[in-house]
Order: sequence, then C-alpha cells, then structure tokens
Amino acid sequence: MPAIEILGLEKTYSVGFWRKRPKCALKPLHLAVEEGEVFGFLGPNGAGKTTTLKMLVGLAFPTGGTARILGLELDDPKMKAQIGFLPEQPYFYDYLTARELLKYYGHLSGVDAKQLSSKVDAVLARVGLKDAADIQLRKFSKGMLQRAGIAQAILHDPKVVFLDEPMSGLDPMGRREVRSLIEELKAEGKTVFFSTHILSDAEALCDRVAIIHLGELRGVGAIADLTSGVRGKVEIVWRSTTVPAALKTLGAECHFAGETIRVVIAEENQDIALDALRRERARLISVTPVRTSLEDYFIAQLSDPPQGDPKSTLPSLMPGAKSAGARS
Amino acid sequence: MNPRIYYIATNTFREAVRDRVLYNLIAFALLLSGAAVLVGQVSIDIERLVVINLGLTAVSIFGIVIAIFIGIGLVAKEIDKKTLYTVLSRPVRRWEFIAGKFFGLAGTLVVNTTFMAIGVFAALLYVSHHLQASDSRILVALYFIVLQFVMITALALLFSAFSSPLLSAVFAFSLFVIGSFAEDLRGIASLTHGAAGWLETCVAYLVPNFSALNVISQVAHGEAVAPQLIAYNTAYALVYTVAVLAGTVLIFERRNLK
Repeated sequence: MPAIEILGLEKTYSVGFWRKRPKCALKPLHLAVEEGEVFGFLGPNGAGKTTTLKMLVGLAFPTGGTARILGLELDDPKMKAQIGFLPEQPYFYDYLTARELLKYYGHLSGVDAKQLSSKVDAVLARVGLKDAADIQLRKFSKGMLQRAGIAQAILHDPKVVFLDEPMSGLDPMGRREVRSLIEELKAEGKTVFFSTHILSDAEALCDRVAIIHLGELRGVGAIADLTSGVRGKVEIVWRSTTVPAALKTLGAECHFAGETIRVVIAEENQDIALDALRRERARLISVTPVRTSLEDYFIAQLSDPPQGDPKSTLPSLMPGAKSAGARS
Repeated sequence: MNPRIYYIATNTFREAVRDRVLYNLIAFALLLSGAAVLVGQVSIDIERLVVINLGLTAVSIFGIVIAIFIGIGLVAKEIDKKTLYTVLSRPVRRWEFIAGKFFGLAGTLVVNTTFMAIGVFAALLYVSHHLQASDSRILVALYFIVLQFVMITALALLFSAFSSPLLSAVFAFSLFVIGSFAEDLRGIASLTHGAAGWLETCVAYLVPNFSALNVISQVAHGEAVAPQLIAYNTAYALVYTVAVLAGTVLIFERRNLK
C-alpha cells in the first residue's frame, strides 16, 4: 500500500469579485509515494505545489479526485494523527515559548500527557533549540522559526511528514541540518514528501521526484531515470592550432588553452564534429559525455508547452516504473 | 470538555493575557476611582445611582470593545498569519477550533468582567460606605452583560469566518447598536402592515435583542429583576449563540485556506 496515493486530485479556484471565473491551480494529479520514500515535489513558484500540499493535509478541499494517506481518506482524523506538516514560511503564536508551542501542538495531536514533556525536550534538542526552549517565539530569527516548525511537524512521531519548502530562508548551515534531519527521518522509515525549488537539495535527498508546472505534472521518477531521458551533451578535447570550419558552423564555443582546444556540443552533433577533426588530422585527446543534471531536466520540462490529456501520464507515475517521466 | 477544545480555549485565553488585553482593567480602575471621588464630592443622595450606572455602563462598553476587536481577529488573524495551518493539519476538526476560540474569548471576558465587577462594588462601597441587600441585583445586571458579551463574541466570530477584520468590526458593531434598540424595532414592526411589516418583523427578531439584556437603569434604581426575565434571557442568549456558532461552523467547514 502506498503511503500517499493521489488519484486525480484537482483544484480550481473562483477568482474575481463580481464576475467569478475559474482559475485552475492543479490539473488532475495522479501520484503514488511508497512508504519510507523521500519524495521531492519540484516546481517554480505558482506551480501548484503548495495547493497540492494543502489539499493533502486538509487545509483546502479538492474540486475533483481524491487522495489517501496510509490508506485513510483525507478527512479522517486518524490519518491526521499520523502526519506532520511544516507550512512554507511558518509563523507561530509568537507570544508562546518554543516549549509551550510544542506542548500545545502535542496536546492537539493527542500525545500522551505523561510523555509529552520528555518528547518536547527530545525534539527541541534534535532541532537545536534546546537553549532557546523558554524564549518567546517573537524573539526568534527566521532560521529558528523554521527549526521550531520542523519540531512541531515531527513531535508526535508521524509516519508521513509533509514539508513545504523546508530549506527556505535558511543559511547554508541550517540547510545542511535540515538535510541531515530528513535523512534521519528516512532512516527511521518515515515517508517524507517535500516541496522545493532548490534542485540541489532534491538531488541530494530524494529517492524520487515529481516536477509540476502550471498545475500540471511534467515528470516523475528517480532522478537518474529522469535525467537519462534528456538529450545530453559531449565535451570534445583535441590538440590543434585551428578549429575546423564544420565545428564553427555548429555554433559551439571553443575554449583555448595553448594548443589544446575544448568544446561542448550536443550529443547528436558528435559524429559531425569527430569527422571534421579526422579530416583535419587533429590529435583527439578525449570525448566525454557531460552529465545531465536535474536542473537540465527541470528547465527542459518547464520550457515545454502544457500537455493536453493528463491521464496519458498515468502509467509512468507509479513507483518502480522504468519510464524517465511523463513527458520524456 | 473535549480536550482539543479545552487546549484551544486555554491558548486563546493565554494569548489575550500575554497580548495585554487585561490591561484595559487599569483604564477601567482609573475611570471608576476618578468617578467615585468626583461623585462623592458633587452628588447629593444619588451617589449610588451614578456609580452603579456609570460602573455597569463602563463594564459593558469595555467588554463589548474587547469582544468585537478580539473576536473579529480570532479566525481572520489565524488565517492571515497561517498559524491555523499547523492546527488544522492535526486531528482537530474545524468545529472544535471554532468552539475552542469561542470559549477562550468568552472565558477572557468573564475573567475581565469579574475584576471590573469587583471594581464597581469597591467604588460603591467608597461612596456609600456600606453595601445594601439590593446591591445583589447588580450581579443580575452583570450576568446579563456577560450574556451580551457571549452573543457578540459569537457574532464577531461569525463575521471573522468569512470577512476581513475591518468589515467584521463594522458588521459586529452595527449589529450591537441595532440590537440595543431591538425592542423599539419590534414595536415599529408591529405597527407596520403588509410585506414591509413582515420584513421588519423578521429583521427585528433576527437581530440580537440586547435591549432586553440591559437592566442597568432598573438595577441602579434598586428595582428587582423578575426571575422569569432571567430565565428567558438565559435561554434566548444560549439559543442565539448556538445558532450563530452553528452558522460560523457551516461557513468555516467549507472554507479553503489560501
């Protein structure tokens, strides 16, 4: 059973004051996240990431489709007792101290009152707020608030953790700590579903990612599978004093280091370039494939026009599918 | 009480205390002690009447202002600041959140009124040097004032569930003013006939009847309050409050948090 099963979830808002008109925030989304996975939900601002997360945690209501978390419906309180949620740029009751805030949330989550104090102390230590436990949140920095936000999301030992832009606003040290925390959660067997537009974080942490743009799923899968579908580039290095005319016509930018020339071209032009170098009797040093990054894939998906029928993507969205995404 | 409602209510009370809402008591104490000293010097034989009238009116005004200005922010502020996100993503039902917020503010107002009531009795003692048996009727007037607070808190919460804080304040305050003349409205409606009369009657009975809950003048003149009126007002305030809270829950249950 998938930890998160999204079955055609969609959201359309009404905008305008007098003349209401529909605005689609999320086209029917099909997605499954297995238990124990760290799943990255990627997309630019306004892509529909937060809308999806809000529907999953019960803050907004879908206009179509449904979803199940741990096999339970979205409006089931038993489901909510097993999830943790960190909103984007969290803001908390600033008149409370971190300890009071966590105790309040612990009570609301149904944590046993006898264990609550020790759980609060443990989670404060885990997120590095032990020394700030009794300071009011209004005196917290943005990074400290983010830590408090993560603390409240994991306090009740949830099985599924939703994090909306967890690295947002953090300094490099803070980002590293959040990364470590997500890795720890994975090691504990928890499912982590986080949205981000910081691709390096997703590359470092995620078992699989989904890319969403303009409310539409553009691709989903393991990063290696996704990036293998993108047409790559090759780096060619040779020794010569001149650049063959055929290479110049490809528009490639040449870098000179003495008599060594280096050029990066599209993979499909590799044969043309090598033929030209042979004809010129240039001394070839190396031909190296340039690794396609998640960023390349991400940019490629974002530059594509919206797809027509979202259901056509369904077979490739399930975990374990070998496809390199919905649109490759 | 449902534990989640209890914790939301206590947190709402704590917010009011830490945001220094109860500091209004200082202004109230200054007003009342100043009035008591002044009345003691300028009034002849009507010190008690003036102090009771002034004291209870001040209790009412201070409480209504708190009920409206905190009530309108109870839901709107939580949505605006997104503090609601981390509450409703837990096993907390939306009606529990509304109930918790309501009880939290109502509790704050009861505590506030208790302190102000002590102030009224202290001022009364200062000007007349003793309390009379009929002064216990002041407690009935205070009870009715608390019922008004409970109703206006529910109304502020209702407006807060679908409107901006500014509009909610305008709606709630307008309704308080109209409700203070509810008996007059009903009188006018009974004299009007046809569709207009029917419409006026509907409006007159829909607005909260705060005039029936105002016995300040009666109590200040030492008149007794009929037990039937106490029972009727209690039932009316409870039914009205529950109906308004039910409407609030109906709206809030459907609301998407953006």
